[in-house]
Amino acid sequence: MNMKELKFKQKSRLWEFLGEKFIAVNAFVALIAIILIFIFIFKEAVPIFTDPEIREEVTLGKMVFKQEFYEGRDAKWSWQPNSEVPKYSLFALFIGTLKAAIIAMLFAIPLGIGAAIYSSEFAGKRMREIIKPVIELLAGIPSVVLGFFALIVLATFLQNLFGLTFRLNALNAGIALGIAIIPIIFTVAEDAMTSVPRSLREAATALGANQWQVSLTVVLPAALPGLSAGVVLGFGRAIGETMIVLLASGNAAIISANFVDSVRTFSATIAAELAEVVFGSGHYSVLFFIGSLLFVFTFIINFSGDMLLTRIKSRFQGKMN
Amino acid sequence: MQAYNNSADEIIKKSSIDETDKEMYRSAYKMTIENLDFWYGNNKVLHDVSLNIEENKVTALIGPSGCGKSTFLRTLNRMNDTIPGTRINGIIKLDDINIYTGIKDVSQIRTRVGMVFQKSNPFPKSIYDNVAYGLKVNGIKDKNLIAELVEESLIQAALWDEVKDNLDHSAYMLSGGQQQRLCIARALAIRPEVILMDEPASALDPISTSKIEDLIGILKKKYTIIIVTHNMQQAARVSDYTAFFFQGDLVEFGATKEIFTRPQKKKTEDYITGRFG
Repeated sequence: MNMKELKFKQKSRLWEFLGEKFIAVNAFVALIAIILIFIFIFKEAVPIFTDPEIREEVTLGKMVFKQEFYEGRDAKWSWQPNSEVPKYSLFALFIGTLKAAIIAMLFAIPLGIGAAIYSSEFAGKRMREIIKPVIELLAGIPSVVLGFFALIVLATFLQNLFGLTFRLNALNAGIALGIAIIPIIFTVAEDAMTSVPRSLREAATALGANQWQVSLTVVLPAALPGLSAGVVLGFGRAIGETMIVLLASGNAAIISANFVDSVRTFSATIAAELAEVVFGSGHYSVLFFIGSLLFVFTFIINFSGDMLLTRIKSRFQGKMN
Repeated sequence: MQAYNNSADEIIKKSSIDETDKEMYRSAYKMTIENLDFWYGNNKVLHDVSLNIEENKVTALIGPSGCGKSTFLRTLNRMNDTIPGTRINGIIKLDDINIYTGIKDVSQIRTRVGMVFQKSNPFPKSIYDNVAYGLKVNGIKDKNLIAELVEESLIQAALWDEVKDNLDHSAYMLSGGQQQRLCIARALAIRPEVILMDEPASALDPISTSKIEDLIGILKKKYTIIIVTHNMQQAARVSDYTAFFFQGDLVEFGATKEIFTRPQKKKTEDYITGRFG
């Protein structure tokens, strides 16, 4: 038999090389953007550590520790940057940020993961096709709309329900934040759970597990990395989200353990004050310092989320070495 | 099938026992399948299959891809229930219980009829937790009992010596062959009476395969085993009875020796000798 000669095309080394470099550049652009943004923001905060004039007004110690602002009065944490005696204690803002974020997470984690379990494990095909897009649509609502809703509707509802003194408080802001976070947690968790292989569900079913047991003892642990990624992403959003807390939290820098007191968060403080601050003043630098802090917090959350995950994984999924 | 039923009928005739005794004889089978039809949606994939599974024997199901042997296997522990749009007609009995109508909870069947799948599918849990899983989901809480059964099952699955020092390690640290033996141990832990195996060695290398086959030979002393296999030699090596399926029909059923040396049907002979399939 006469074999027809096949002419295979030689692959171009040059194009391969260029293609690889091109996507590498793409990857680095994002990385470099993050680094540059951080450098710029932190640069504006540097005078707190270097400029003697500004250091008279504000130092790291003044932002962290209790200060005796007026002679003879008790030392306290206070955020009053525009006062005669400017007070730059970040503690109240830190507490406020944390309170709003914690309420948001307490609200969003059960709802987001619960919805993900229902959608991936129990809902019929048609139900799933309704639930998934609707929850994901929630992510598309601009946060200013959610904040507005919390300011007008939710605040009144909560005040009437619990008989609260303040309409705008951590609970109100936290719930509104939670609504913004639910779709984040839901989407990531649902994807993680639906991608747990069918073979694992079958193995559990064949051992006599019912649907609940399959979901809770096989699918959920197997989807753990995805669930934790969703929670970490959500927490990052809860810390950084600005518009909702600006509108719904009351913006009073109060230090208390009470979750129905008004709160002022880092992000809302920046949004509310940066437009009116004197360029290059101590206040200006402090606001940029807060911006850097938000950066660091997000980084810490991601990092500790990873650490926690590794530990939980070896507990639930067995040691890997 | 013909040959086998004939011999059974002969025994009944010889001892000239009446109808009720005949019933008793029938129920001596571990599982009996009568006139089984099965549909995926409108697609009928099993036609009028009747078959008896003898206790403490290995029954092999053979046939070309798509002949319905895996579907048949999965009707025996009601795994097909999990697939929407499936329908079944006919009777499947485990001892004297109709597994589709005679029980309250389907897990009652699945704890008595265990299953090992084609691709090893250990849970992303530790080796110990994999084996203990079936016990825990079925409400066994006694830790000492669980530990005892885990060890016993791993010994039975010939895996204990390889993993006894690393029980808290992830099952994913094991090799493919070890993972499959882990899955067998997991199935054994809940002490089933019947074990269904769906091509348990088809994804394994020859050494792991022969370990699994040796294991089947040992396990049949305690368990009734039904195995689907594509490997004709494997069926000949490990099984006592063989059922040949073709296009959803049970073409022939009988002692493995008979099927492989003197098949009654032309189709069976063609398949076994490799003329098609």
